[in-house]
Amino acid sequence: MKEQLLSILNDLRPDVEFEKEEKLIDDGVLDSFDIVSLVSELNSEFDVEINVMDLEPENFNTVEAMLELIVKMQEEG
Amino acid sequence: MQRSVLDYLEQSAEKFPDRTVFADNENKVTYREFQAQAKAVATGLAQRLNMKTNQPVVVLIERKIESLRGFFGVIYSGNFYAPVDYQMPAKRIELMIETLKPAAVMVTDTTRRVMEQITYDGNIVSLQELTETAVEQGMLDEIARRQIDTDPLYAMFTSGSTGVPKGVLVSHRSVIDLIDNFKYEFGFDETMILGNQAPFDFDVSVKDIYSTLKNGGTMYVIPKMMFSMVARLIDYLNEKQINTVIWATSALRIVENLNVFSKKMPRYLRTVMFSGEVMPNKVLNYWRKYLPEVMFVNLYGPTEITCNCTFYKVDRPFADEEALPIGIAFKNTDLFLLDGDRKNEVEPGQVGEICVRGSSLALGYYNNEERTREAFIQNPLNPMYPETIYCTGDLAQYAEDGNLMFVSRKDYQIKHMGHRIELSEVEIAVNALPFVEAACCIYDTEEEKIVLFYQAAERCDRELLKQLGKNLPKYMFPNRLEYFEKLPLNKNAKIDRTWLKENYILS
Repeated sequence: MKEQLLSILNDLRPDVEFEKEEKLIDDGVLDSFDIVSLVSELNSEFDVEINVMDLEPENFNTVEAMLELIVKMQEEG
Repeated sequence: MQRSVLDYLEQSAEKFPDRTVFADNENKVTYREFQAQAKAVATGLAQRLNMKTNQPVVVLIERKIESLRGFFGVIYSGNFYAPVDYQMPAKRIELMIETLKPAAVMVTDTTRRVMEQITYDGNIVSLQELTETAVEQGMLDEIARRQIDTDPLYAMFTSGSTGVPKGVLVSHRSVIDLIDNFKYEFGFDETMILGNQAPFDFDVSVKDIYSTLKNGGTMYVIPKMMFSMVARLIDYLNEKQINTVIWATSALRIVENLNVFSKKMPRYLRTVMFSGEVMPNKVLNYWRKYLPEVMFVNLYGPTEITCNCTFYKVDRPFADEEALPIGIAFKNTDLFLLDGDRKNEVEPGQVGEICVRGSSLALGYYNNEERTREAFIQNPLNPMYPETIYCTGDLAQYAEDGNLMFVSRKDYQIKHMGHRIELSEVEIAVNALPFVEAACCIYDTEEEKIVLFYQAAERCDRELLKQLGKNLPKYMFPNRLEYFEKLPLNKNAKIDRTWLKENYILS
């Protein structure tokens, strides 16, 4: 799952070293347009429904946090 | 008679000394404090520049209210500010500094390090240090006494087709003209609480800053992060009771794309204004559905005529596929549509280039006579005395109801397979499709193909073309489709057509 996520992220922003970043949102590495496309991508690839209430920095600041969010959503789903 | 935008600050500071004028995530400042700080900065700056006036001062900015203190320090010193984002590539900053040859570059503790990578042997002054100066009111009065309303207020950079950014130089008079018009048309008053989205090196922020000051309102600088973590954005709007926003079209689009209002609603918004690129009615209809009481205003205009020259208060329903009017000219602004030779007005109802006359015209491009002469020309309809008009390069036509309709950039109109086609028409049709997030068209003249670049959840060429057939004749179909997870954006958050063209059209 992590590899799948990383490949999505790398397609989206080939210029970012995602595994090294700890504050993707707080430091403004990912901007609003990245988030819009990332969310729709995650929703279709992982069959989840991330909605606007899940858009919190702590859910997107790191790759690990995103994974946690996806797993949580899949379990709930 | 008002000669300076400083009158806005002086008058509001008199009336509402203890009201917050500007606030960001970390700091806030009252009218009285802000005025005192700006005068201190001005005194220090004037001393260092030996009271020379009408000189460019670069302010290396962060998205913080202290940047605004820098701007107003420059204004009180009788000079004009050129905001430059410290996160811009050093090469580009250097190009701007080369163009401006500024009398000083103002830095903060954070932005100072940028200057280490840049060749500049003039004054580098620290905003923090200048703020410590004891105000010399006599000196500032002397500077103010000599000021006239056509003195420059700021220079803002826009991208130049040749790769060298152009510094659009705007006078006090032009901004006063704009801000007075905004108050008059949109009923702004002292209850205004404004949520700023536009970066300070982008002229959309001029409307935020000076409307706040004129009306005695409060402006909150919304952290950039909130435009991606949009639930927070709505919380923020509600917490600060923000009632007025003047945002980029793209910021409104994000809210629609993520269906934010299904979960959270802003409670205080009264006025929502947008500009920067064509607003798809699909996006606007989403906002209107949830916020039926809000006044929505479409604003149009390039930086060269001081932010906006036309406005349209949205006053009737629009179908998703329809185009939104750009409306009518502001008072004290005159528009006409010129033909391809820029010699005559076009016939009523015909498409022509929007040309503007009025106090809103910029003074020109700083230190760039050649580009200035191309766009700021003698009014061809008046050979009798010197009168400058600005030619926007935008094509428009009047609708039957008297509203101006944006058609396209001058260079977007194409002839394809014998048909005259406006690419923006194709764009509007594609943008109206529910599964399309954003789209733009570029014409490949070499291949004679309309190339469509679109952003959606997944590639859907077939479905897209099928749906398009419902709105467009076959000859207007894009001949090549390029799918993007995310379309590239330029610094102003518009789709980066130049980049697309370079990378997908020119071989």
